[in-house]
Amino acid sequence: MKIAVLVKQTFDTEAKIILDVNGKISSSGVSLIMNPYDEFAVEEGLRIKEKEGGEVTVISVGGQQAQDALRQALAMGADKAVLVDQGEAELDEYATATILAKAISDLEYDLILGGFRAIDDGSAQVAGRVAEILNIPVVNVVTGLEIEGGKAVATRETESGSEVLEVPLPAVITAQKGLNEPRYPSMKGIMKAKKKPMDKKTLADLGLDDGKISAKVKALSFSLPEPRKAGKVIPGEAAEAARELARLLREEAKVI
Amino acid sequence: MAQGIWVFAEQREGQIKKVTFELLSEGRKAADQLGQELCAVLVGKGVAGMAESLGEYGADKVYVVENDALENYTTDGYTNVIAGLIKQYEPAALLLGCTVTGRDLAAQVAQRLQTGLMTDCTGMEISGDQLVFTRPVYAGKAIVKAACPEARPVMATIRPNTFAAVPNAKQAEIIKAEVGPGDVRQIIKDIVRQISERPELTEADIIVSGGRGMKGPENFKILEELADVLGAAVGASRAAVDAGWVSHSFQVGQTGKTVSPVLYIACGISGAIQHLAGMSSAKCIVAINKDEEANIFKVADYGIVGDLFEVVPLLTDELKKIIA
Repeated sequence: MKIAVLVKQTFDTEAKIILDVNGKISSSGVSLIMNPYDEFAVEEGLRIKEKEGGEVTVISVGGQQAQDALRQALAMGADKAVLVDQGEAELDEYATATILAKAISDLEYDLILGGFRAIDDGSAQVAGRVAEILNIPVVNVVTGLEIEGGKAVATRETESGSEVLEVPLPAVITAQKGLNEPRYPSMKGIMKAKKKPMDKKTLADLGLDDGKISAKVKALSFSLPEPRKAGKVIPGEAAEAARELARLLREEAKVI
Repeated sequence: MAQGIWVFAEQREGQIKKVTFELLSEGRKAADQLGQELCAVLVGKGVAGMAESLGEYGADKVYVVENDALENYTTDGYTNVIAGLIKQYEPAALLLGCTVTGRDLAAQVAQRLQTGLMTDCTGMEISGDQLVFTRPVYAGKAIVKAACPEARPVMATIRPNTFAAVPNAKQAEIIKAEVGPGDVRQIIKDIVRQISERPELTEADIIVSGGRGMKGPENFKILEELADVLGAAVGASRAAVDAGWVSHSFQVGQTGKTVSPVLYIACGISGAIQHLAGMSSAKCIVAINKDEEANIFKVADYGIVGDLFEVVPLLTDELKKIIA
């Protein structure tokens, strides 16, 4: 089973967001992590490999610092990594998916895994777009996965419960929290990861030029939200405070 | 030239989702301003009877695609239909609710049509002659305004409860469209529905949510009683989910659901940044927590410092009196 896992490096969830002099989101001083949903995807890839045999390749689009996220996946047990450095190109989801699909099409693959969304721009569309470009089926927000006889049987979260879907392989599956508990890299794993292959590519290596990855969506401006103001703390004993809160919700806030 | 603002009319089991009416209401304003028509697209099995209700919220036209194979949502079936219709009629924009289905469908359609998609938007405005969308990013810690200047249709998914659903009765022209679901690779083996009398978390107007301070799964009962009085949904913080008290489907926050209710009542929730990310776009926030230093009080419109096991049942009683 040849498994490709799409990995994105994101800001740490605790990161404070500030804008730089150009009014864009500043990454200076921010600690970077592997997108937590992608950790579920890496873990699932490793579990399938451990059961079925095969190979796990992790793939990312990003600057040289994104190697850290890929090394983490290698330390968890992935076999090799591919990093496509987009250089100066401004990417949207269309462009990123185009690059990933091109990089994957140079590999052999039976299954492509990824997080169902990234916690930074939370767009939840790149993996689906990759499936569309490669003309293979996708199942999103998956919390359970079985691979058998050239098929994937995936349990997918819906608003009203869940559904179980079967798709032929190769397919793209995106991970939701609950799919598994990602392992921590062991010390031995971290040492081994340093020697595992990290294939660095440029857009030119993939035969992509600016025209082919020209972004469809343009960011016009960034801003920081107005912080919510603390409101009033209602004084008094519990009974009195509860009565006053009920009154305020109806008469002042008018929300009930 | 591309013409018309389209809204994907999401339905499940004979019910149009509320977010559809919200999108039609706001889409109506945009369509009027741009001098375009507003159209809804309704897909499913035996759904034609619901088409008129879309006119009641401002649709000029409703495209209806009926097929037995479209009874339940599948990624391929619905993508084939929607992308097929768009190729035929060439609208300028397609809006969808940012729901599990809307998000799934939007990405596939956008790629098939080689166009741009802005997801989880909380605002839409017109600048010049183009639609500009507001998106919270980094869990709401920053806001980006974005547009899709050239590719058509412009696509966006909009967070439920962003816009008000305002009736605007029109006699919609109903057009039966012949587009098939094609080859569907996702085979549905099973559908499990959690039976609940309560509204869905992401669409609820009021949410009563519990955190670590609930101390155990059995205590969520007092939140359910409050929720029943208000017709509210019940939510939870990551702490309560990670403790195994409630399932992940209840989780509000950066690694759970993002909600924008009118009223959010946080009980025994400290207000970790990851939780605030999921609910700080609520219009009114109430915090009940015994720790007066808790972060949640910094964002709450109303707070009660006290024991939630005492305050919540009292609040339930008071609200019963008011609402009755």
